Amino acid sequence: MKEENENNSRRKFLKFGLLAGGATIASIGLQKNIMGETPASGEKIKVMTPDGKLVEIDSTHLEKSGVDLTAYNKELRDGIAGKKFIKVIDLARCANARKCIQGCQEAHSRQAPVEFLKVIKMKETELSAPYWMPQSCNHCDNPPCTKVCPVDATFKRKDGIVAIDSERCIGCRFCMAACPYSARSFNWGENWGIAKVKADGDASCISPGENLSNRMGTVQKCDFCPEMTSRGELPACVQSCPNGTIFFGDANEDVVSNGEDTFRLSELLKKRGAYRYLEDLGTEPRVYYLPPVNRQFPFEEDTVKHNTTE
Amino acid sequence: MDSHTYIDLDHHIHTTLPMEEQKRHRVEMREDVLRPVRHTGLIGKVWIVFLIAVMLVGAYAYYLQLKNGLKVTGLRDYASWGLYISNFVFFVAISLVGALISSVLRLTNFEWHRPLTRIAEIIAVAGIMFAGLIIIIDMGRPDRILNLFIHGRIQSPIVWDVIVVSTYFVSSALFLYLPLIPAIALCRDQLTNKPAWQRWMYKFLAIGWDGNDQQWKIMKRAVSILSVLVIPLAISIHTVTAWLFATTLRPGWDSTNFGPYFVAGAFQAGTACVIIAMYVFRKAYSFEKYLTDVHFNNMGKLLVFLSMVYAYFNVNEYLVPAYKMRGAEANLLNDLFTGPYSPVYWGVQVFGMALPVIILLFKPARRPLPLVIISLSVVVGAWLKRYLIVTPIMLHPYSPIQNVPPNWSVYFPTWIEISIVSASLAGVLLVITLFSKLFPMISIWETLEGEGIDLEEMDNQKS
Repeated sequence: MKEENENNSRRKFLKFGLLAGGATIASIGLQKNIMGETPASGEKIKVMTPDGKLVEIDSTHLEKSGVDLTAYNKELRDGIAGKKFIKVIDLARCANARKCIQGCQEAHSRQAPVEFLKVIKMKETELSAPYWMPQSCNHCDNPPCTKVCPVDATFKRKDGIVAIDSERCIGCRFCMAACPYSARSFNWGENWGIAKVKADGDASCISPGENLSNRMGTVQKCDFCPEMTSRGELPACVQSCPNGTIFFGDANEDVVSNGEDTFRLSELLKKRGAYRYLEDLGTEPRVYYLPPVNRQFPFEEDTVKHNTTE
Repeated sequence: MDSHTYIDLDHHIHTTLPMEEQKRHRVEMREDVLRPVRHTGLIGKVWIVFLIAVMLVGAYAYYLQLKNGLKVTGLRDYASWGLYISNFVFFVAISLVGALISSVLRLTNFEWHRPLTRIAEIIAVAGIMFAGLIIIIDMGRPDRILNLFIHGRIQSPIVWDVIVVSTYFVSSALFLYLPLIPAIALCRDQLTNKPAWQRWMYKFLAIGWDGNDQQWKIMKRAVSILSVLVIPLAISIHTVTAWLFATTLRPGWDSTNFGPYFVAGAFQAGTACVIIAMYVFRKAYSFEKYLTDVHFNNMGKLLVFLSMVYAYFNVNEYLVPAYKMRGAEANLLNDLFTGPYSPVYWGVQVFGMALPVIILLFKPARRPLPLVIISLSVVVGAWLKRYLIVTPIMLHPYSPIQNVPPNWSVYFPTWIEISIVSASLAGVLLVITLFSKLFPMISIWETLEGEGIDLEEMDNQKS
């Protein structure tokens, strides 16, 4: 997390996640690892105990990697109570910097060719102006993907997130065929597109039900970074965009933030003429786009080819 | 014995033959159909070894796929379904012919279907067997197949497919087995020089058949119940297979026409498969007396009719959207009609559908040799058509394909996929071949019944 982002609005946003969702991940970590004899680093981290108390522990006593999340499937399947996550993408701000892709890959320990997020050059008609459009999973409220899953391995949580249980997925790829947004990707081989896990443990954002070491032959996609949001952070793509293109927030609180600016969601959508991608398919996406009007950057063609090798 | 008569398709009136004549017919036919079971020639042996070799290559390819994951295939995030799925659809399609020949023709009193029932039914069983296998091969995590039962969601078309495919497999196997029991008993009694396991198998499968009155009654009753049951099952299995595509929002699959379109195509492809099998068995096993030119002629007419029905659904499937040329669908249709897929698309539509209709309208074309050539063209066309139904649609999503490795925006199957699919085709042929080497390929009682010779009556006079 960058220092300059630590302003008031941001802190406000951080609070809800920490209080609401920190419990699950942290308590697992506590139970398993607080007994460790590692020397203290002095850096304190606030976590919630299983009986609901906030305590401060040394950061070295908290270990996230290798946690068996499947035992907590019930909570992970239900989502974070009281939340309705939503994303707003301001197309006027996107300059195809592609930092969101990079940030997403880093957070999820992925590398090329796996991109949960793509920046697509759009041009509707001959005469209309081209623009860049970040696209990823829309976390639809009427998701075509979860409907067709034969084993409930991909499901809709109450907090709006469409998640995948990679421990259950049988790899039939029906959800990929069903998704009209091409948002899903597949683990075609062992450690497919997995970046090397950092030496100092795992800094990545692991999806609920995701198992880093046993993922071959299962489907993956953008997960709205629930591990980060439950820590009270904004998703990786939001944090890494240099232009503040992507806003994330809670529809129940009617607030979205890109880390610098915070808006009242309903007003922003109304004022800026927001729309959803492929609205007429009836998928009810939870990602809104603000049309590319009054652009902050002139459109520049991409001179480099991206993601060219497997 | 009352002298009943019946009228067959060609309006020949049969009257009951004298008992001695009937018995002579029965023995003669028994020897004719048992001959291929008694002896296997050199060509037969080479054929079986060849099929096993193809299957072994496929097994090795599958071992590599299991070890390394699906990255050994040409499939990637956009074309995430490919050859395996189109081959699955093809196998389900050809398996429908069992219901068509054994049930529809039977219930509508087309008497000439009688010697064809077993050929149609073994194609159905072999087809549905390998359809089930190929879908497991397509899975990224076949080790988790039990999740379908532990966590199965009845709302998913895949679960519907599992249910109908397994039900259809069981009913087709029964539909093959029940009318076969008298023939198994015959093998048990006649083929005493076969190896012990084979004799044991005949004895086991014949379940004590001795042709008594009650056995005949139960068997015939069960067969007529099955022949009614199998029709809705066959239609649902291919309709559900069509729904695997039609329940998505993809341009090209998002069609209300898909169920009947698939069923019509399946009947057409399956009929062509039966014609090819008839031709091969007639030549290889000298079945000229039973699989006559009349049968080929009638099957040719059936193929014309089914090709016309299929053409009708193709018009609905392609020309109606082509009239509108709506957005994303227009890209797909242009690629099919005039783009990179157009040689295959028009090849399939012309050689697999249009030409058969025109050529087979003329009687000389319905002789065995020309008919089997046209049927081959229909089957190849049917296989390629399934490929066209799956792959181009996967590669024409709503969202433009950008910033992906070059091999992601095209699809070409790797040698692994080709070997596995070849192995599955070889598997279907091997099941049919081995079956024909263990059991008579023409049903004696059904065929003779068509000639006015009732084996049930004969058996019970004997006892």
